[in-house]
Amino acid sequence: MSTDTSTAPPVDHAIQELDTVTIRFAGDSGDGMQLTGTQFTNTSAVLGNDISTLPDFPAEIRAPAGSLPGVSGFQLNFSSRDVRTPGDEPDVLVAMNPAALKVNLSDLVDGGMIIVNTDAFTPNNLRKASYDTNPLEDGSLAGYRVFQVPVTSLTGRALDEHGLGKKQVDRSKNFFALGLMYWLFDRPLDQTLGWIHEKFGKTPEVAQGNEAALRAGYNYGDTVELFHTHYRVRKAELAPGKYRKITGNEATAIGFVAAAELAGRPLFYGSYPITPASEILHELSRHKNFGVKSFQAEDEIAAVCAAIGASFTGHIGLTGTSGPGVALKSEAIGLAVATELPLIIVNVQRGGPSTGLPTKTEQADLLQSVFGRNGECPVAVVAPATPGECFTMAIEAVRIAVNYMTPVFYLSDGYLANGAEPWRLPELSELPPISVTFATDAEKYRPFGRNPETLARPWAIPGTPGLEHRIGGIEKQDISGNVSYDPANHEHMVRLRAEKIERIANGLPPTEIFGDPAGKVLVVGWGSTYGSITSAVERLRSQGKSVSSVHLRHLSPLPGDLGEILSRFERVLVPEMNLGQLALLIRARYLADAVPFSKVQGRPFKISEIVGRVDQMLEGLQ
Amino acid sequence: MSDPNISPLPDELPCEAVKLTKKDFTSDQEVRWCPGCGDYAILAGVQRVLPELGIPREKLVFVSGIGCSSRFPYYMNTYGFHSIHGRAPAIATGVKVSNPDLTVFVVTGDGDGLSIGGNHFMHALRRNVDLKIILFNNRIYGLTKGQYSPTSVLGQKNKSAPMGVIDYPIDPVTLALASEATFVARSVDNDPKHLARMIERMAKHRGAAFLEVYQNCNIFNDQAFDDFKDKDVRGDRMIDIEHGKPLVFGKDRSKGIRLNGLAPEVVEIGEGSPWEEKHLLVHDETLPDSTHATLLSRMHYPDMPVAIGVFRRVERPTYESMLTDQISAARARSGPGDLARLIDSGDTWVVDANGGSQVNLS
Repeated sequence: MSTDTSTAPPVDHAIQELDTVTIRFAGDSGDGMQLTGTQFTNTSAVLGNDISTLPDFPAEIRAPAGSLPGVSGFQLNFSSRDVRTPGDEPDVLVAMNPAALKVNLSDLVDGGMIIVNTDAFTPNNLRKASYDTNPLEDGSLAGYRVFQVPVTSLTGRALDEHGLGKKQVDRSKNFFALGLMYWLFDRPLDQTLGWIHEKFGKTPEVAQGNEAALRAGYNYGDTVELFHTHYRVRKAELAPGKYRKITGNEATAIGFVAAAELAGRPLFYGSYPITPASEILHELSRHKNFGVKSFQAEDEIAAVCAAIGASFTGHIGLTGTSGPGVALKSEAIGLAVATELPLIIVNVQRGGPSTGLPTKTEQADLLQSVFGRNGECPVAVVAPATPGECFTMAIEAVRIAVNYMTPVFYLSDGYLANGAEPWRLPELSELPPISVTFATDAEKYRPFGRNPETLARPWAIPGTPGLEHRIGGIEKQDISGNVSYDPANHEHMVRLRAEKIERIANGLPPTEIFGDPAGKVLVVGWGSTYGSITSAVERLRSQGKSVSSVHLRHLSPLPGDLGEILSRFERVLVPEMNLGQLALLIRARYLADAVPFSKVQGRPFKISEIVGRVDQMLEGLQ
Repeated sequence: MSDPNISPLPDELPCEAVKLTKKDFTSDQEVRWCPGCGDYAILAGVQRVLPELGIPREKLVFVSGIGCSSRFPYYMNTYGFHSIHGRAPAIATGVKVSNPDLTVFVVTGDGDGLSIGGNHFMHALRRNVDLKIILFNNRIYGLTKGQYSPTSVLGQKNKSAPMGVIDYPIDPVTLALASEATFVARSVDNDPKHLARMIERMAKHRGAAFLEVYQNCNIFNDQAFDDFKDKDVRGDRMIDIEHGKPLVFGKDRSKGIRLNGLAPEVVEIGEGSPWEEKHLLVHDETLPDSTHATLLSRMHYPDMPVAIGVFRRVERPTYESMLTDQISAARARSGPGDLARLIDSGDTWVVDANGGSQVNLS
């Protein structure tokens, strides 16, 4: 928590102004911590703070109550400045039970604030959290500011006054904690109150209980002499415009709806439930009035195959999944490459291999996307960098797919998918048009004839008289599309398909460099590492260091100017949440000495980690 | 079950007058099945029936997987998609859902449809997507040269089972019925008239339609069905089940099938026998419950005559029609999709040029 100024109106409590705060809410997976964090986020966003969030929850819906694996957390960075990450270290930890304290304490900044629900610190819960002694009593928290609040019993008392039973207490105590945090950080209750009454309109006793708990928490902060100070974080200076809070999965879903509208073709979404991509299926299922056809398939393979069938029939064929699902879809993606049909595959990456870490983030499916199929099977690969950018990159993915008649991978990850930020609403006129043309001229039509510029074959959809043709996974004769086993034709087609993907680079804008166009260290990243990398480079540059960064949105093909940019820097560092997959591609492609910087812990990079690694690299140059 | 309160045969598809011939449906590609293969008869049957249906060529799509049968789309002068092993029903679902105006056939085999593609087979049928699925059952893998399939008979010796098959086979018609297909039929490759009738009836059905064709692979499993479908013996060993009619069979039509408890049994009818036609099971395709159809599907030679014909034909709303209805309902409720409104939803706030902001709670 960094302090700007200290203005203390001497009423009951002092108010201190801060410019950035990172809070982590932590509790049992049944304690409603995701909801609590989301509500705090919404209120802060609407209040005008810049925000960035990191929900962090277990794969189990309800792991054993009170256990260490059952801890669910939600970290939020809110600020009066521009923030790009959820914060390296929480300033404030709200721990609803001993396990939540144990799991999260080591991340807390030295001297940070801990608010604990003392009611949950029972001998039984302490044992489940593997505490030999009660940390609230044994002095082990001496380096922190600890506030002990009997959240459960206070919630019980508040609900008693409204004649609500004990059963509701457990369901409402997170609202007490939220109310207390609203008081502590000087936030209004209206936004959450409005949400409570909308959400629980049909169960008035639940709405009443939650409201009572929220208000009780707020009033507790205001009246009890526990906190001597509360804090204010002013609005951020965001660019003028209209904003909403958006998560990556939300932006992905509405981005594809927008792309289909721009293309003037209906969207078909084939998907099979999988963490952390399912929200895209939920969201798209709600937009049938756009003509979106969402199809929950019997398995991952059917999901992609139905999307391919839809694409053959002139829809925008989209399938969404996570890494294990991509593994199952691989053969069908090869079919779309061979038949040269547009197809978009959303991969919301998670920790692997195999089932791996379903709810944690990772970027280890890059090589799977670029290479993971039989045969020479090139596809386009794009990756959004922020939750809001998931919207624009969805449009870009569809543009490439239909312009080049090719499958396109869209690589999101768990961190982008669930993380949120304020998103400035684009004007419709700012969105690029996507032009789709179907073949209709039977005289000129050749199933595998090509656009001389893009090498795309024509898209001729069933229902068009005179253009009846057959496509399939067997190698085809160039132009005619007839089955062909001719050796020379096969090599010709393999090279054509590769060249078609390479030509996508011709249509890309020049790569943006953050910082100077030449210098000592260039940090190259892709996907969700954008926030940490850019903040780190900004910090290093403010210290006068010669560091720039490039963040790639296109990974296949790589931008045409990338090789030349790399050559202008003495060293190239590639931070990735994998063991160096982009670094491998860059080294292979440009013979450049790209140095991987890996983190595979299911968590995003901290800014300080990247700053430290770049500093180390700079020292090596002296 | 045999109460003949039976609805008339359907004629669901309004047919426009488009004068096409078999030749119009024949592509310029050379047919590359082995000489003598049963697949030729099925191709000829389909090409003969299609002109009768009055569906314009451009509205027909043939989707297939992998295997000998799956080369079928190349030989049809319609839209076609030769896809990957087992996945044709899934691809065809995407085609049909995207354009319900198309007539979509799936061509598959016993390996493609029931082994690697078993899951898609089941789910396409249960969803009642309006697909016409023709399964060429030759009880062997042909294209990969002679391994056993999910319909190969127990004990059969072949390339991958030199000591005999130890997998119990599955009956495709029984499986289709269990999967809630709304039209289920069986035919044979050596009875062109029956085959054509079945193809025509499946084509006219609206909903998931399944047709199994016993098809001879003269290279790897020759004469697999000859015990009962050979012209000389079929009269006594197969029964052509017909809607609304008692189950009579035999060269001289002297035998029938009655229900003994829950089991069908063969009885002699006529002079000297206590059984008459009135005691026989009467076939009803339209029973909502598929138990009757399932009993007939499970009659196997030599214990029972093998049934061919339409086992089941019921009407249910199709998947794509219900999806289309939901889209209409959503538009009626919320208006057509409005992109600006979609983007501008949820809680929003405005930041003005002076850094001030105004909140709009949804």
